[in-house]
Amino acid sequence: MASMRDIKRRRASIQSTGQITKAMKLVSTVKLQKSRTKAESSKPYFDQMYATIASMLERSGTIDHKYLRAGDSPKKAVIAITSNRGLAGGYNNNIVKLIMGSADLPKADTKVYAIGKKGMDGLAKKGYEITADCCEVINEPQYQDAADLTKELLEAFGRNEIGEIYLAYTSFKNTVVHVPKLIKLLPFTMEEGGKDEAPKAQALMNYEPNAEAVLDMIIPKYMSSLIYGALLEAVASENGARMTAMDSATNNAEEMLAKLELQYNRARQGSITQELTEIIAGANAIS
Amino acid sequence: MADVMKLKVITPEEEFYEGEVTMVELTTTEGNIGIYPQHIPLTAVVAPGVLKIHEGSEVKEAALLSGFITIMPDAVTIMAEAVEWPDEIDFKRAEEAKTRAEKRLATQSADVDVLRAELALRRAITRLELKH
Repeated sequence: MASMRDIKRRRASIQSTGQITKAMKLVSTVKLQKSRTKAESSKPYFDQMYATIASMLERSGTIDHKYLRAGDSPKKAVIAITSNRGLAGGYNNNIVKLIMGSADLPKADTKVYAIGKKGMDGLAKKGYEITADCCEVINEPQYQDAADLTKELLEAFGRNEIGEIYLAYTSFKNTVVHVPKLIKLLPFTMEEGGKDEAPKAQALMNYEPNAEAVLDMIIPKYMSSLIYGALLEAVASENGARMTAMDSATNNAEEMLAKLELQYNRARQGSITQELTEIIAGANAIS
Repeated sequence: MADVMKLKVITPEEEFYEGEVTMVELTTTEGNIGIYPQHIPLTAVVAPGVLKIHEGSEVKEAALLSGFITIMPDAVTIMAEAVEWPDEIDFKRAEEAKTRAEKRLATQSADVDVLRAELALRRAITRLELKH
């Protein structure tokens, strides 16, 4: 049986760990609320963007546009959005697993555009090719960051270095439910069932200067808004995941403390009993 | 016939403006346009320019720098990447940007991205136009 001193020391260490996890939980709760409002306020822009683009393609299905076809290159780019910091449960690992498990992304033909250090390290360790490292973006996502990344990707797409572009991020459903998601950015395809959501054309839409030029300009914007939305949702998910992880860590610490308390009391009682027995035995021996 | 239409100006960060308006004026890549209710459906690309929102007799102005616009007979939606009310604009910065862009255009050396400089100049001029 562990000595009283050992138990005491262990208890103190768990107690301080518990304090840290509790503080971290509080911090991420606050951060979650902030990032959540931000993610929600970017939603109307994205929804509108999607509706516009969907209705455009529905009505002008015959447009043959470079962004609507897969490139010739077998290489595929994937933007992996994770966090720079750990201690968020399975948050980062889920994205790594998602990319590894995807049939669309064979290891040899995948180029990773990493946002978030943890995911980058994880994928690099598994042997993926890391093309770009934009890890500082996730600390404070700005729309400009998403636009810059889009530009870089589209240039590579234009040079035929990559044929398809994917985006892997954690979608924020609510505080406790976060779903890792892999979506295809280019070539642009409509989601199943998405067609019904597109507003029905009241009349034929006109385009100025022409449909191709408008698509040329809208698809990059659509991609930026998607990446931006994904960044914001990922930040919210990260904080949500950390909050849940820290909550259970705090609970575990409390549970362990309760157990150690019992052990400590038992050890204390044992030592008192032993001392008493010794004193009585000593007294008996004298008399 | 309805004499008002719904106008929405959305940016990636927030809903910038939403309301019933009688007329909207803005600049597209094809030139300045004014939109009244019952306009034909049109999608156009926005060029940097002043956005004028007419709410009856009241006119609101904002600097609209990039994005695109979807026009329906009863609704207009502007998807703006950057749009600013006059009181949000840093005029001093815009002035500096204008000088910088003008200088860059004047040098005419090969390593100046003329298109970029011209765009920067137009953005700066748009912002300065709202200074009263």
